[in-house]
Amino acid sequence: MSNADFASLSNTAITFAGVVYFVALLAHLVEWSRLRAVVPAEAGAGDPVRSEGDLLVATGGPAEDNPKVAFWARLGVVLTAMAALIHLVGVVCRGLGADPVRVPWGNMYEFTITASLVVVVLYLALHRKLQLAWLGPVLVGFVWVVLLAAVRILYVPVAPLMPSLQSPWLVIHVFAAILATGAFTLAGLASIIYLIKESRVRKDKVRPGGYLDRVPSLPALDRVAYRVTAFAFPVWTFGVLIAGPIWAENAWGRYWGWDPKEVWSFITWVVFAAYLHARATRGWKGRHAAILCLVGLVTLWFNFVGINYVFGDTSQHSYALEVVATVSLAVTS
Amino acid sequence: MSSKAPERTYDPDAPATPPPGLGPRELARWAWRQLTSMRTALLLLLLLAVAAVPGSLIPQDDVDSFAAIRYRDEHPRLAPVFDALGLFNVYSSPWFSAIYLLLMASLIGCILPRTRVYWRALRARPPRAPRNLARMPVSASHEVVPDDPAADPAAVLERAAAELRSQRYRVEHVPGEYVSAERGYLREAGNLVFHLAVLVVLVGVAAGSLFGYKGGAIIVTGKGFSNVLTQYDDFVPGAFFDPDDLAPYSFTVDDFDVDFILEGEQRGLPRDFTAHVRYRNAPGDEPTDYDLAVNHPLRLDGGDVYLVGHGYAPHITVRDGDGEIAYSGPTVFLPEDASFRSFGVVKVPFAEPEQIGLEGFFYPTFAMVDGDPMTVYPDAANPLLSMLVYTGDLGLSEGSQSVYALEKAGLDQVTDDDGKPLRIDLSPGQVTDLPDGLGSVEFTGLSRWVKVQTAHTPGTFVALGGVVLALLGLMLSLFIRPRRVWVRVREVTGQQADGGTAGEGRRRTLVEVAGLDRSGSSDDPGELAVAVDDLARSLAGTRVEENQ
Ligand code: HEM
Repeated sequence: MSNADFASLSNTAITFAGVVYFVALLAHLVEWSRLRAVVPAEAGAGDPVRSEGDLLVATGGPAEDNPKVAFWARLGVVLTAMAALIHLVGVVCRGLGADPVRVPWGNMYEFTITASLVVVVLYLALHRKLQLAWLGPVLVGFVWVVLLAAVRILYVPVAPLMPSLQSPWLVIHVFAAILATGAFTLAGLASIIYLIKESRVRKDKVRPGGYLDRVPSLPALDRVAYRVTAFAFPVWTFGVLIAGPIWAENAWGRYWGWDPKEVWSFITWVVFAAYLHARATRGWKGRHAAILCLVGLVTLWFNFVGINYVFGDTSQHSYALEVVATVSLAVTS
Repeated sequence: MSSKAPERTYDPDAPATPPPGLGPRELARWAWRQLTSMRTALLLLLLLAVAAVPGSLIPQDDVDSFAAIRYRDEHPRLAPVFDALGLFNVYSSPWFSAIYLLLMASLIGCILPRTRVYWRALRARPPRAPRNLARMPVSASHEVVPDDPAADPAAVLERAAAELRSQRYRVEHVPGEYVSAERGYLREAGNLVFHLAVLVVLVGVAAGSLFGYKGGAIIVTGKGFSNVLTQYDDFVPGAFFDPDDLAPYSFTVDDFDVDFILEGEQRGLPRDFTAHVRYRNAPGDEPTDYDLAVNHPLRLDGGDVYLVGHGYAPHITVRDGDGEIAYSGPTVFLPEDASFRSFGVVKVPFAEPEQIGLEGFFYPTFAMVDGDPMTVYPDAANPLLSMLVYTGDLGLSEGSQSVYALEKAGLDQVTDDDGKPLRIDLSPGQVTDLPDGLGSVEFTGLSRWVKVQTAHTPGTFVALGGVVLALLGLMLSLFIRPRRVWVRVREVTGQQADGGTAGEGRRRTLVEVAGLDRSGSSDDPGELAVAVDDLARSLAGTRVEENQ
């Protein structure tokens, strides 16, 4: 196969993955609606929602045992895994489609398709360990929307990497950034659900058997957000404060230059440092921690979306257009 | 926060004023305690994040001086205010520095006492076991299988101690009473290392910006560069850097290769560019060849050289009205965008009868598209010079001015016969006469130039070592779960604790295990509960399956 074949295979695979994610989303929605039908009849004994003191991971209630619900739930996960495989093919072929072959992380489109793949893979990998069944519909819906946006808005044909991007440190730096972005996003999703559930619980509005009833208890959600953030933070530290500066030093002669992209990476780092700090030293948990986690996530995504669009031309990291020659103001005297 | 101790409760709305009636000493101590409190540290961290924002919205002098100057021009009213507030130099402004210096002070005030506490904790034995283990948040108790020769309480404790030791707990065994064990000391060590390393990073970065320098120079191919101040186009020394200390290296740029993408969406963007240089670390050395490229810097003794840009330098010869060569040589034109349409200026102060100034564009691959002159490709396939002509006073006697701009105050634009501004368009080898006996202009050849950045940044490895250390410390701090575990063995007679009557009147041995997670934010009571229960079962000799 030629490079061009791989490139078009990549496009097909990404589109196809989007379709399968959508079907997975439908499966989860059916699961969800089944749940509504099933549970009220069974939700008699005890009220799982209000057992906030419960610290163990408590997923669902009797609904989980309903065979129809379980079938649709499993189907959703299996479809998600299939979609992830096709998605992976899309990402790999994107790299093979370039001439010379390279890592598929050279522009926003490629960054997005890879980061969303990381989110899915993390979700699938942690599915059992952190009992993430409840996250299914939200996650799959989110990834589907992101892929759609990538294909519709961000797509650019494959091209070689610009000279400053041709470095092994790029591979390391960008991979760490993608991994951390995926993980922070997962933590953010958990925090959003936490906040919604928390406000509903406070108003006593959680319907037995509904989605919010099925997600884990508030402490467990809080812990998922923390654990995933605690994983992502060192990865981000490595990617942004070690690999990034080494690469920048090689390419531009300075390891840190307060370029807008660097500023916002720093801001993200400080916000998540504050998050961990607040938890460790001031015992923040729950609502405040979730809000801080989301603030961090917003800075992260602003860096990716906002900086590239708003300041595309002043940032040396601009993916949109490599500034071919830096023009300096040379004043002689 | 319990209502029993209201005086210790934190009230977020309480004003942060010192209690009245404090002497200066107490006041200072109060202020220090405020500064080193966790709340202040958190506040300063969040403040640092907020303070970093404006520097990404307003162009910074140090990052993109060109944009900063343009911004000043476009916002004449705002600019003085911004200048006064340091908003064009956020990251070296007093207020930004104040935040991180306070944070560092807070950090030192935090680390010192914690290190002392940690040092003591490190040598301390695990604390004695609480009297009633069942009251601990996580505990389990199991009855030892009767008739088991290993059911002897002393033997159980012995096994508990051995088992916990094998799980790398530090164990305190008080025979006949309890086993107390603790592990995860490295968490606090990691945390201290992390915070200490933040200081190390700061020291490394500060060293670089105080004792280092950064400079930029444009070098036409075929020419050389020696590392002395006069050869720089721009030079930013650190506060304590003396330009006399510039390392005596030099190099020549023999050749420059650039490889453009020929087709596809990104047509015209560079695939690769390389400058072939020959360098010497010191004047007497043998020259060495090196391929200087992006991501492939030249590391010299006392400084590094980076390739950061390139462009065209058309060779222009200007003869004056007397037919004398008044100007000749490659002239650096600055690219305006990725198409490499480049802007340049020629100043001919020694032309007779009058000084001549030229200003205009260089098109590497010229074409007219819809009536507009433009370059359709960045490589030099069809080079064209297109310049406007001025004459009069170049203003060179009035102090410094940019070599890349004409000072037009004392100049008159030369016009053609129709009275329109005269434009001279030249291909390589062409020459054209200027009107009014001013002379002639010839485009004799084409060179390229490269822009190099040189930098000397002492402390880089200190900063790098600091971040690596910080990362290692952070991982210990985040992933090590410090725990305490206690084991007691109790002999009971009579009724079982849970009210069962199975073994009435019989002497029974109960193994009790309790655990305490000390990691604060990462506690997962579920995991600890399982571990504690497993330990209790295994000591009691009950197999896990039986009890499920
Ligand atoms: C540059 C500023 C600082 C940064 C980036 C920072 C970052 C962090 C991070 C990421 C953690 C979480 C590690 C964990 O969860 O175990 C942490 C914990 C901690 N920090 Fe800081 N910190 C800073 C300044 C300070 C200051 C000024 C103090 C003291 C006033 C302090 C005291 C602590 C303490 C006591 C912990 C928790 C230790 C524990 O988990 O038991 N930090 N810090």
